[in-house]
Amino acid sequence: MKAITVSARKKGRLFREIRRHWILYVFLLPALLYLALFAYAPMYGIQIAFKDYSIAGGVWGSPWVGLKWFRFFFGSKLFSTVLVNTVVLSLYGLIAGFPMPIILALSLNYVKNIRFKRTLQTVTYLPHFISTVVLVGMLSVFLSPRSGFVNTIIEAITGHTIYFFGAPEYFRHLYVWSGVWQGAGWGSIIYMAALASVSPELHESAVIDGAGILKRIWHIDIPSIMPTMVIMLILNCGSIMSIGFEKVYLLQNSLNMETSEVISTYTYKMGLLQQKFSYSTAIGLFNNLINFVLLTLVNKVANKLSGYSLW
Amino acid sequence: MRSKNAIRQTKGDRIFVILNSLILCLIFLIVAYPVYFVILASVSDAQYVNSGTLLLWPKGFHLSGYRYVLKEERIWVGYANTILYASAGTLLGLFASLLAGYSLATPTLPGRKGIMAIMVFTMYFSGGLIPSYLIVKQLGLLDTRTIMIILGSVSVYNIILIRTFFLNTIPKELQEAASIDGCGYGRFFIQIALPLSKAIIAVIALYLVVGYWNSYFTALIYLQDNSKKPLQLFLREILLVSTESMKQQTENAEAMAEYQRLLEVIKYAVIVVSTLPVMCIYPFLQKYFVQGVMIGSLKG
Repeated sequence: MKAITVSARKKGRLFREIRRHWILYVFLLPALLYLALFAYAPMYGIQIAFKDYSIAGGVWGSPWVGLKWFRFFFGSKLFSTVLVNTVVLSLYGLIAGFPMPIILALSLNYVKNIRFKRTLQTVTYLPHFISTVVLVGMLSVFLSPRSGFVNTIIEAITGHTIYFFGAPEYFRHLYVWSGVWQGAGWGSIIYMAALASVSPELHESAVIDGAGILKRIWHIDIPSIMPTMVIMLILNCGSIMSIGFEKVYLLQNSLNMETSEVISTYTYKMGLLQQKFSYSTAIGLFNNLINFVLLTLVNKVANKLSGYSLW
Repeated sequence: MRSKNAIRQTKGDRIFVILNSLILCLIFLIVAYPVYFVILASVSDAQYVNSGTLLLWPKGFHLSGYRYVLKEERIWVGYANTILYASAGTLLGLFASLLAGYSLATPTLPGRKGIMAIMVFTMYFSGGLIPSYLIVKQLGLLDTRTIMIILGSVSVYNIILIRTFFLNTIPKELQEAASIDGCGYGRFFIQIALPLSKAIIAVIALYLVVGYWNSYFTALIYLQDNSKKPLQLFLREILLVSTESMKQQTENAEAMAEYQRLLEVIKYAVIVVSTLPVMCIYPFLQKYFVQGVMIGSLKG
């Protein structure tokens, strides 16, 4: 009897609390509606990965085919190419792109002239605001074998020109190093902030003890940005399988397909260009599941190591 | 400016400072030169641009590239569309995310954790391309301006940023005191929380505007109609896709030859025209962007 009244009272209190906060639930509605329509409703459509989708049948009415599309994907010639391209491109990007912001921040940290430092910061952040389309457009005009200035220089030195866009061996370098050019300055902000919070007294006493700049970088600066570095590294590892579509697709052409076809571009082509809805959804689901596992793992590790979690 | 430890500077330190400055100057050049070159080439004579002999300063000052861009309808249609999508989408996104972020920052809200989990799950897992496409199709939003405005307006990441901001800047006591004085959550949000959150509003608005400005994926997938396409999609056509579409527009051979001759200069002028606004505004707003990165790095 008592238990019932207690739980009833609890219920009553919860109900009162909910009523007291009603306006906040109204506040949540727009965002939740958006997520319901554009995040959760598509999840319902994932079932067509296990069906043979036809427009007449729709999502619900098309016949089940089990794992047919997954077997088809794993068995296809392109499976290993696409998988390898995706992983290699991300890993290369990570290895080349991760240290740059750190080096830039450490190096900027020892610039005494405030104006030079400010100018450098503004200029290195700038490429972050160039759109992907324009970035790739710039690459294509700079590297053009006929009129690009890069090839003018290469021709002056070696006597011949290189068609960078037209050869599979250059695609990864183009993708990764243009990314470094665009992102290193922006990425350094977070490290600059961490470095700014280092107590100046530490540096002063190190100087008194006769420590040079390199020693101070090694023993003071790097340890103090270590937590940030670890978090950034772990978070980057979480997105290894989720190479973005936009830049790859822009850099891609029939000549460099061998190295430039990644999961996201393949999904797009199979799905929207060739209208193989079920097949494309299956590939997308395969990729999503790997991402899900990776992100969950990465978040767990980050949380354990530093108490930091993405959310 | 010279600090005390300048006296103590060892030889090693001096070498470091010199090398460091040199490397930074090199970095400055690597970043700045391409941007400089674009401007340079856009005002030069086509003949020098085409031969690739341009390196340091403009040769044969010409504005023919810009003249062409001014006449190029696609650029202006694209501009108008992008401005519409970016402004409407940003307003919508701000509206939804501020409200949601504020609600989730209220510690006494029943079910807060569950709602948070529902939101965060979408950062981990998504339906994928085709299922999303099918939903948009079912909603009848294919090839509409509405979808261009709505998609991308709400991001869970932004909501988390706003929530973190409110948790850190608005003391719990303030809300409690207001509530005792009979001020409900709605009034508190409008009269107290919003005026205190100018910084986060600026940050989120900038993120959204840049996001809308740069994206072409949504348009590539959901739009067919040329009159609705955003700037980036037209830029892609002009800068990267072959000149087929242009050929159809120019009727006579002479104009075609002239166009071919100017093509490279036009491309440079297009890059300048499409990127300059952002580049000019950005240094003034830099501090807000930096602030955004900082808030993002705080623990929630």
